[in-house]
Amino acid sequence: MSIGIDPAETFRQEARELLDALEQSLLDLEQTPDSHDLVDASFRALHTLKGSGSMFGFDEVADFVHEFETAFDKVRKGRSAISTGLVTVALAARDHIQKLIEQPGQHAPAGRPILEALRKIVDTDGAPAPEPAVAAVADASATAGKTWRIVFRLPDDALAFGTNPLLLLDELRELGPCRVTALTDRIPMLETMEPTLAYLGWEVILETDGGLEKIEDVFMFIRDGMELSIEPGAGTVAGGADVARTPDAVSEPVATTKESSSAAPAVRGAKVKAKDATAAASSADRGGSSMRVAAERLDELMDRVGELVIAQSRLTQIASASNDLNLKNVAEELERLASGLRDTTMGIRMVPIGSLFGRFRRLVHDLSHDLGKEIEFVTTGEETELDKTMIERLADPLVHLIRNSIDHGIESPDKRLAAGKGERGRVKLSATHSGAEVAISISDDGKGLDAQRIRAKAEEAGLIAPDAKIADAELYQMIFHPGFSTAGEITSVSGRGVGMDVVKRTIEGLRGSIDLSTRHGEGTTATLRLPLTLAIIEGMLVRVGNGRYSIPLSAVEECVELPPAADLGDQGRNFLNIRGSLVPFLRLRELFKTTTPPDPYQKVVIVAAGDARVGLVVDQIIGNSQTVIKSLSKLHADVETFSGATILGDGTVALILDVMNLVSFGQKLEGRLRSEHLRRAA
Amino acid sequence: MSIEKAKVGETGRMNVLTIGLQHETFALPAESVREILDVVPITEVPNARAFVGGLINVRGRVVPLADLRVMFGMDRPPPDKDTRIVVIEIDLDGEPTIAGILADRVRDVTDIEAASIEESPKVGMRWPAEYVRGIGKKGDEFIIVPDMARIFGAAEN
Repeated sequence: MSIGIDPAETFRQEARELLDALEQSLLDLEQTPDSHDLVDASFRALHTLKGSGSMFGFDEVADFVHEFETAFDKVRKGRSAISTGLVTVALAARDHIQKLIEQPGQHAPAGRPILEALRKIVDTDGAPAPEPAVAAVADASATAGKTWRIVFRLPDDALAFGTNPLLLLDELRELGPCRVTALTDRIPMLETMEPTLAYLGWEVILETDGGLEKIEDVFMFIRDGMELSIEPGAGTVAGGADVARTPDAVSEPVATTKESSSAAPAVRGAKVKAKDATAAASSADRGGSSMRVAAERLDELMDRVGELVIAQSRLTQIASASNDLNLKNVAEELERLASGLRDTTMGIRMVPIGSLFGRFRRLVHDLSHDLGKEIEFVTTGEETELDKTMIERLADPLVHLIRNSIDHGIESPDKRLAAGKGERGRVKLSATHSGAEVAISISDDGKGLDAQRIRAKAEEAGLIAPDAKIADAELYQMIFHPGFSTAGEITSVSGRGVGMDVVKRTIEGLRGSIDLSTRHGEGTTATLRLPLTLAIIEGMLVRVGNGRYSIPLSAVEECVELPPAADLGDQGRNFLNIRGSLVPFLRLRELFKTTTPPDPYQKVVIVAAGDARVGLVVDQIIGNSQTVIKSLSKLHADVETFSGATILGDGTVALILDVMNLVSFGQKLEGRLRSEHLRRAA
Repeated sequence: MSIEKAKVGETGRMNVLTIGLQHETFALPAESVREILDVVPITEVPNARAFVGGLINVRGRVVPLADLRVMFGMDRPPPDKDTRIVVIEIDLDGEPTIAGILADRVRDVTDIEAASIEESPKVGMRWPAEYVRGIGKKGDEFIIVPDMARIFGAAEN
């Protein structure tokens, strides 16, 4: 594993996060155009990008962002309004920055037209845009007074975090002539002084026509925890119209006169807005208490924990066979620790799904633009947590489903009006926890699936016989068939690339399932059900013949004994009466071609397979166990009835049943038996 | 065959592990062998093809167990005191995969002269010709050099 850290890579990572934040702010702005906080947030992201970009030698980025920032500054000053057009161009600019970062030296010329467009929109939009100079004057006159008295003290630990007060003073100097006085009153005695802390304060008398905002900008990134007061003052810098409170003030000659600010009422004595401060503080908190870790390290940790859990369950098994009380105690203690460690490790890998949802807002924004459909995109349950790997692998299928909803589901505005719906389409993405699963649903209020068209298409493709009776739900499943597309024409958006079959395969690869429900003319909902994690599951261990198998506990509903009557019913009728409802069952001994004599009392594990409940007949139920999932090699890719294997406490391998595939395998087998039976009867 | 021969030709000899399968001796390239184990509990995979009908635990990894005797149509008596499992690394579609191979007994590590390896004869052999890369000789004995890539490739499909 390499320990070396590439600074440029660090910047790229940071930039990626900043760009994401920028994108979110811009999209939010489209919804709430008059939010100052959002404008400020976008601006902060840009400013940081510019700063760190030039620090790490990404000059193209810094230059472009600088221009972007300049144009955007007008928005911040309230001289230009936020419009959809502006957001679209700003998003394009954001994408351009990303390109500049990912592939330096290739895209710089492409930035010109974007900036042109941005400037044009900013200059024509909203309030009449006065010449900058005029505006500055207007600003200045509004703030009544050209001289400012700025007193600031940095937080104690500012130097440790890399804030350089000299740079702040330089920035102030750029605004106009100023006089700086150091405030040394808080410097402690030498023996109590901590050399790394910031004890100095500064008082700056500044003469500028830039206005209050320019001054506040200087302190934009360090407001948190600092003392800052900016007051308009009379007099001039040359006149030296202020106080030095300490006799040993150093840097500049001082004339002591009466404090001018007391004369001029501190109308705009700009203390940091409380809200800003708390927002900044909370983001600082987040920064302080979290750290970036390479994903491979987490995977490695997870592997180790998995092996630890296996070793621990072996120990538990040995201890339970022994009479040594000390050993039993240690084994129990270790079991507790191992399960705690496992939970914590899995917790580390859990990421709120909101990080994924965020990406789709952009997708929806662009699609609605491209297709001329106005879309309201609603998300709920962003805080729902899922395994990181799972989230990564979910991105593509979800993109596809959302595209489908918007492209095929939602009608064009005029058709919607004709159907008596609002002009605006609605796509809702929601996530919820249900037991050991997460359900993610994508619903739209579009036209719904057209059962007849699907049927016609399926018949044409030879997937179903023309006269076959098929339930609608089953018919909808047809769209997951490879090469199945009912879209009449292929648009630029869908009808190519990954199909629904890939979506389904991906979801099933994650041990999840996908369901569709639709109402003609009212919309479609696709629901994905996924396990919380890919690495470890709770399993129920059963024995069939000599083999031991693990059934995912999340699928198990109950266990019953196979009634002798049903057992003797000899293959002609394989179903049980469970509290009045009919439950078909499969004999795993038959499915697995077991030759050993069956146990006298067969057990039935009733599992949920999709919507149906199916019983699995086994020889013995051994108990529950932690199951670390190991995937099977390609050599066993043809065996669909198992989703993986695990290593048991005694070191042997047990297979994990794939309940859904097992049931369909059982159906195929039964079908074969039935036709054989019929042939023999004929 | 020709590529392999060229590779072998450079050194002039091939370093192999010889194993006994029924009455025949097979050669596995020594560099692909990772370890040799005593027989461990084998988990049967229902409905898998007989060639890779089992799984074993190799130091915490779940590894498929292959039985070459299936591919060569040999008898398959249950494991006895001489039976070993040879853990090898093979390439499946460019993906390195660990697999165990059941051996009735393990002989030794030896060099086979490349020149002594002959192409498998067209007649006089009841095994599928594509699974045999060539027949080598060591003293008076014939050593079969199986084409592992083909054998495992066939098992995969």
